[in-house]
Formats: sequence, C-alpha cells, structure tokens
Amino acid sequence: MKHERVIPSPGGRLPGSTLRGVSGGRPPGSTLRVADIVPLAALGVLSRPARAILSASGIALGIATMVCVLGISSSSRAQLIAQIDSLGTNLLTVTPGQSLTGVNLSLPRTAPAMVRRIGPVLAASAIGDVDASVYRNDRIPVANTDAITVYWADTSLMRTLQGHVAMGRFLTAATSRFPAVVLGADAASALGIDRADGTIQLWLGNHWFSVVGILDRLPLAPELDRTALIGPTVARHLLHAGGSPVQIYVRTNPAAIAAVQAVIPATADPAAPQDVSVADPADALIARADASAAFQGLFLGLGAVALLVGGIGIANVMVIAVLERRGEIGLRRALGASRQHIGLQFVAEAALLATSGGAGGAVIGGFATTVYAAQRHWSATVPVLVLLGAVGIALVVGVTAGLYPALRAARLAPAEALRII
Amino acid sequence: MSVPHAALALHGVTKEHPGSPPVVALRSVSLRIGDGEFVAIVGPSGSGKSTLLAIAGTLERPTVGSVHVAGTSTERLSDRALSGIRGSSIGFVFQQFFLLPTLTAAENVACGLLYRGLPPQARRRRAGEALDRVGLADRKTHRPGQLSGGECQRVAIARALVGDPAIILADEPTGSLDTGTGDDILALLAGLNAAGATIVVVTHNMDIAAAAKRTITLRDGKIISDSEART
Repeated sequence: MKHERVIPSPGGRLPGSTLRGVSGGRPPGSTLRVADIVPLAALGVLSRPARAILSASGIALGIATMVCVLGISSSSRAQLIAQIDSLGTNLLTVTPGQSLTGVNLSLPRTAPAMVRRIGPVLAASAIGDVDASVYRNDRIPVANTDAITVYWADTSLMRTLQGHVAMGRFLTAATSRFPAVVLGADAASALGIDRADGTIQLWLGNHWFSVVGILDRLPLAPELDRTALIGPTVARHLLHAGGSPVQIYVRTNPAAIAAVQAVIPATADPAAPQDVSVADPADALIARADASAAFQGLFLGLGAVALLVGGIGIANVMVIAVLERRGEIGLRRALGASRQHIGLQFVAEAALLATSGGAGGAVIGGFATTVYAAQRHWSATVPVLVLLGAVGIALVVGVTAGLYPALRAARLAPAEALRII
Repeated sequence: MSVPHAALALHGVTKEHPGSPPVVALRSVSLRIGDGEFVAIVGPSGSGKSTLLAIAGTLERPTVGSVHVAGTSTERLSDRALSGIRGSSIGFVFQQFFLLPTLTAAENVACGLLYRGLPPQARRRRAGEALDRVGLADRKTHRPGQLSGGECQRVAIARALVGDPAIILADEPTGSLDTGTGDDILALLAGLNAAGATIVVVTHNMDIAAAAKRTITLRDGKIISDSEART
C-alpha cells in the first residue's frame, strides 16, 4: 500500500476548531457573516443567468410601468407648476356667489376700489357683464354667437393678469371710451380675425366696434380666451351695461395670499360677505390636471398586476431551484449551514432576483419617461422617492416570493438531501 | 457523558426509519474512534453503513443512543449548534463530489469555511493551503468542468480538510472513479492519515478496507466484527 506524501496541516486554530478529537467544550454555533449573504445569493442567481433574466423581467415590467406612469404624471404636473410659477402664483379671483334660487349675484361697484385698499394687494382689475353678442358683421344670424361672451374690462386687466397681447394693444384710457374691442385668442380665431390694426370692425351690440387688440392665451384666466373685451365707459354709455363687476382679478404680495384671501369677502361686499367667493386659479388648474391624470390609477393597477405575476414567477422558479439543488442544500448543511442559513440563502436569492428586476425596471421606466417628456418639450421629472420606492416594492415582492421556497429548502433533511441513506 | 480523546463515539445507537413496518437501520451500535485512526466501515448493501455515517456526521439524529463528536455530546443540541459541530469538527467527502460547477477549485474549498464566520481573505488563504496539501497547487483557478474525476475528488477532500476537523467522514470516496484514480485517492487519504488526520471511510472497496488500520464490518444494522487491535 503506497502512501502519498502529504504536507501536514499548517496548523493555527480556526474559530470553533476542536483539533483532532481533543475535547474542547461545546463549539460555537454555525455562523454566516452578513457580508457573505449577498455574494452567496448572487452565486445562486448567476449560476443560471438566462433563467434569472427571464424571471426578473416580470418584476422589471411591473416596476417600469409604475415608474413610467408616475414619472409622466409628475413631469406633466411639474411642467404645469413651472408654467404657473412663471405667471405668478399670487393671483386670486373674486366672484359673487349665487342666490338660493340659483341667480348669479353681482359684486358692489365699489368692490374693486375697496379691494385695492387692502395693504398687500398690488393690483385689482374687474370685468363685468355686457348684454350683447359679437358677430363678424351685421349679416350674421343673431343665433350664431360663436359662444363668445362680451365683457367690459378695466384697462389694468393685462397688468394684473400679467398677460400678453399678441397683436395690437389692450384697452387704454382713450380706447375704452370709444367702440374698440380686444379679442381673446379663441374668440379671434372663431371670428377669423388675424389683424388688430383697427381696420377690422365687428358687429357688437348693434354697433360697429374696431378690433384694436388680440390677446395671447391666458393660462391663469382661460375663461377670458373666448371673450370680447370692451371699455367700461363705452359699455355703459353705448350698451347700457351696469357697472357691477362679475369677477375681480387680484394680484397680491406672494407672502400674504392667505391673509388677503381671508379679508377680501368682507372688503368687497361688507353687506353680504358670505356671497363672495375667492379662489386661487393656480389651485384650480393643478386640481384639474390631477383629475385628468386619474387614469393613472388604472395603469398603476396594471403595473401592480405585472408585479404580482412577476413575484409568482420568481416563487415558481425558486421552488424548482430547491428541487434541483437538493445536493447543494445537503452539501451546505454538511459544511455547517444551519436551517436558517439555507432559508436565508433562498430568500436572499429571490430578493436579489426581484431587486435586480426592480432596478432594471426603474431604469427603463425613467428612460421611457425622459423620452416621452422630451417629445413634449417638458423637463422629465422622476421623483427619487418613486425610484427608491420601486426598488423597495420589488424587494418586498422578492422576499415574499422567496419565503415558501426558503421554508421548503430549510426543512429538507440533510441526509435526505444528500441521498446518502 | 464526555469521552476524552475520542474523535467520535457512539453509544447504543439505534436508528429506526418510520413506516409500516418500521425499518431498523442500526441496532444498538456502540463504537469509539480515537484521534488519528483510519477506519473502514464495510458491509453488504442495506447493512446500515451509510446510516451509521449520517448519524456519526450529525446529519441525522439516532432514535436511541448518543453521539459524541470531539468529546461533545450532540444530544439536545439545537440545529444551529449541531450545524456548528458539523462545520467545525467534521469534514465530509462524498461519492458524487458535490462541487459547485460555477466556482473555481479554490472557491469550492473555501465554501468549507463559509459557515465558520471567517472573512473571505482568511478563507481563500486556508483554501489555497488545503489544495496544496492534496497536490492541486496548480489547479486552484480551474472549475470542476476543467478537472478530472480524481482531481474533483481531491478538491472535495481539500474542502473536507480546510476547517481542520476532528474527523473526516468519507462515503464511497472512490465509488465514481476508475481503479487507478481510486488508488491515488486512497493513497492521498492514507497520506493525510499519516500526517495526523482521523479518517472514517464507508466503502465496498476491499482495497480501502485492507489499507485502513481498522475495519468495522456491519450486517443488518449490527457490528459483526471490529479489527480494533490491528495496526
């Protein structure tokens, strides 16, 4: 019998070592370093790369959908807010309420002047009803109003709204005394007016009015886009309009919006402050944008379903892995792994699969959002919280999906796993 | 009861596998394996050899009786403590090698220290030393697919050795190898024993039985002969 010459053990005790039969008391329990868990899980996942990619792709799809939906809606909202910010968020609108019978009330004539007296109010401009319709000429049937409303407007209106005139000029102290009209952007387009040099006349309240200006769109006062605005003096003298405002636009010091909002009703109509309502059009616009984004719940639901299916896919793959890797499980138990270590390994593998899918999905979703936003000339906004949350959700799905396979792996009797009995 | 200077001691071990009727794999087996012994356990199929190895290796608990590994009683130990004993005091060698195909030889050997709480550098250094001991110094970065059957079994033996266990339990270590390679593995085990390792081999191979310093023969779950006196 030959003996191979063997280098003796280099010696040096290892933790828990009971060298060659020397009684050394109870050895310490099995220990797996926390830092070794991720490499251990990565080893299991990477040993079958194609399977790993396929099973992680379900999670990636779900997460990408969710990130994309939230990213696009958040980019759109950010775009709107940026637009509103550029117009100023310190604009309030004051309107009369309705009586119990539903009749529109009006504000006192003195209301604009009273409101201007409030300290932090920078500007206040009113518009009021004119009982007239506007037509391209006097041959148009009376019923064809094109749904254009005629209002009288203070000459300071554009300054208060920080709006822009696309063509011509807004009403001035001079033009507001004569039959001159300024059209909102939609009203001009409905009437087919593309010049505002005073040469075009419109048939308004049975009088000819010269078009002296066409407005750009007014994002904070979109209700004025389909109106024809004339001076208060000419409205009163020529068309017998009352002087009561139906709406007052108020520009305030940004630091005192809430305070101004609180005192306006009693200031505008001391006799009936309860009939005055004050609104912040920026809030209304954002609320409208949010409401139009309500469909995002549906897509989020679809993303959640994809995530659920992805999670079930991972659980399925992990159950198969436990069956396939009985030998490895038995070996690890023989090498000193406890039941918890085996369970932890499989949970970590499932979590790693799902988290990789989640991270991939977050990147894809972020990219899709950027492309979509770029096409619409928005700046893409994907909140970091959404990205972190997406990866977090994927982690939770992975851990949940890994629990059952991990339990099965941990329960496997080592001798049975090794099939040595 | 503590048994001093015994790498492994079994007292009245009986193992009954549940069923109808229950299968009795071991019947009141007692044996003591001292430090530095080279023991072969032989017997016909179904004699209880592998069950004995599984119980000696704490992979299974006996129905009746007690097992002491390196002087520590394994009765009433938790799964974690028992796993700790396997990790620190017992090295296993299997017929099928059980090497992880995606890892290099050195990484496979280092796996033997994974559950000892050692940092990776220490595991790598120990694995390198263990591969040197089994004559695979030049195969450390090879994967199992690039190694011969004999080399794979050497890697598995290095993995069993790397934790410096009190005892190495080998289940048919030459069962998957041709005769020549099997002889090389036998020579390696004998060399390791000469260098101080305690080795228990379950085998059908009569060459191994002849090479071992002590042969225990099982039949129907009982020890029918034990050549303890032979040296």
